[in-house]
Amino acid sequence: MIPFDFIYCRPDSLKEASDVYIQLRNEGKTAVYYAGGSEIITMCRSGSIRPDAVIDIKNIPECTVLKIDAQKLHIGAACTLNQIKESKFFPLLGLACGRIADHTNQCRISLGGNLCGTIIYRETSLPLMLSDADITLYGPEGQRTVPFLAVFNGRMQLKAGEFAVQVHIPDWALEARCAHIKRTANEKIDYPLVNVTALWKDGFMRAAFCGICSHPFRSGQIEAVLNDRSLSCDVRAEKVLGLLPEPPYGDVEGSGKYRAFILRNTLSSLLEDAENGKI
Amino acid sequence: MVRYDGKTVVSLNVNNETHEVAARPSDLLLDVLREQLGLTAAKPGCKNGDCGACTVMVDGWPAKSCLMLAVEAQGHAIVTVEGLGGTAAVQKAFVEANAFQCGYCTSGFLMVCQALKTQHPAMPEEYVIEEWLQSNLCRCTGYQEIRKAVHMMYDMT
Ligand SMILES: Cc1cc2nc3c(=O)[nH]c(=O)nc-3n(C[C@H](O)[C@H](O)[C@H](O)COP(=O)(O)OP(=O)(O)OC[C@H]3O[C@@H](n4cnc5c(N)ncnc54)[C@H](O)[C@@H]3O)c2cc1C
Ligand code: FES
Ligand code: FES
Repeated sequence: MIPFDFIYCRPDSLKEASDVYIQLRNEGKTAVYYAGGSEIITMCRSGSIRPDAVIDIKNIPECTVLKIDAQKLHIGAACTLNQIKESKFFPLLGLACGRIADHTNQCRISLGGNLCGTIIYRETSLPLMLSDADITLYGPEGQRTVPFLAVFNGRMQLKAGEFAVQVHIPDWALEARCAHIKRTANEKIDYPLVNVTALWKDGFMRAAFCGICSHPFRSGQIEAVLNDRSLSCDVRAEKVLGLLPEPPYGDVEGSGKYRAFILRNTLSSLLEDAENGKI
Repeated sequence: MVRYDGKTVVSLNVNNETHEVAARPSDLLLDVLREQLGLTAAKPGCKNGDCGACTVMVDGWPAKSCLMLAVEAQGHAIVTVEGLGGTAAVQKAFVEANAFQCGYCTSGFLMVCQALKTQHPAMPEEYVIEEWLQSNLCRCTGYQEIRKAVHMMYDMT
């Protein structure tokens, strides 16, 4: 049971959602956008958040789009991980979705919720960081479509009252050579110790990571090393450890040292597989 | 736009019957099913989305009712174990296969299997069955029997 009351709003349009957010704010109330609700409900129950209102975006048509047109795939922020996986439009993102939580939760957790939530892994961000994706946001100042990387630096940088509407992925990325490796401590279904996601464009390997640090990231320096074929796979993997944006993350699932060990081995075998044409 | 502020009468379609209940917008579907409708098949376990004991079927898909608000469930078809009637193939298969020990997880597993059958009327590949079953935990570790029950469910129909 959630030990307090909140207001539940279910707008039918982007403008209604933003207007009700402003109206609630003007009444002195805090409101959060609500999609799958799995994180909001858990946090309300445990008392770590106490919003006065939730604004459910699942009835907004733009937020439930899942279609390919001229040169892009468009995915609404309220689409569930399972819908994205089953659509098979973007296999790399499908692989990420299929390894987040379990199947039943995948039928509920939304893309926007995974990107904008507080859980540090945000595993769907990795394919988006690699694929030159854009994101459409809507809020009190109107609508804007920007490169995903312009508003995602490990977590979403949203303006007050803004919410994610759709992501747009260029068609070159949909069928590009790719790899998704998620290592967990014990069970297949768990948070990642390390997630390494790779996508190749014009023979150049792009790579994004989560689990190894306290936020997902992509790094130009790391990609330069990964693509330096004058070095052996082992040496490249070792060098990456020295280029992490912060010391490896450690918690009860795995110490920083252990995560670094896993990352090095994972990268080394990924590079070998890539060079031997196994990917 | 729908807006609920304070206790509201919520109309829920559960097991093909319409029920009106007075619920707060922050009330969980699990609690409303159990405490207001007396449908106690869906069990509270972790209440965090991890164990699956609370699984029900919403529009033919499995859903963890501890992670869904009752107000959100309006307009959707909810099925709990009570709605299976005692004679569904999945129930017979669980009995035949002895797919339970203490039984606490059983209603959750039954609903996942019923949803699997709804989405995949013909037996899907083994990895699909595994993927769906992995959403639920059995502390008595009767996984082999549960797996067997899924096969029997498909054989029966
Ligand atoms: C059992 C379980 C296992 C999990 N395992 C993993 C895992 O392995 N890897 C992983 O990455 N994550 C994992 N998660 C975390 C999960 O992906 C996040 O908690 C996610 O936020 C849930 O999505 P939701 O749609 O249910 O979000 P909600 O609860 O609806 O929202 C979560 C947050 O995002 C905000 N939000 C939602 N939609 C939008 C939007 N469109 N625009 C702006 N803000 C928005 C909300 O305001 C809220 O702050 C797991 C969660 C569970 C329950
Ligand atoms: S009680 Fe809902 S998943 Fe455990
Ligand atoms: S039969 Fe006891 S928890 Fe599964």
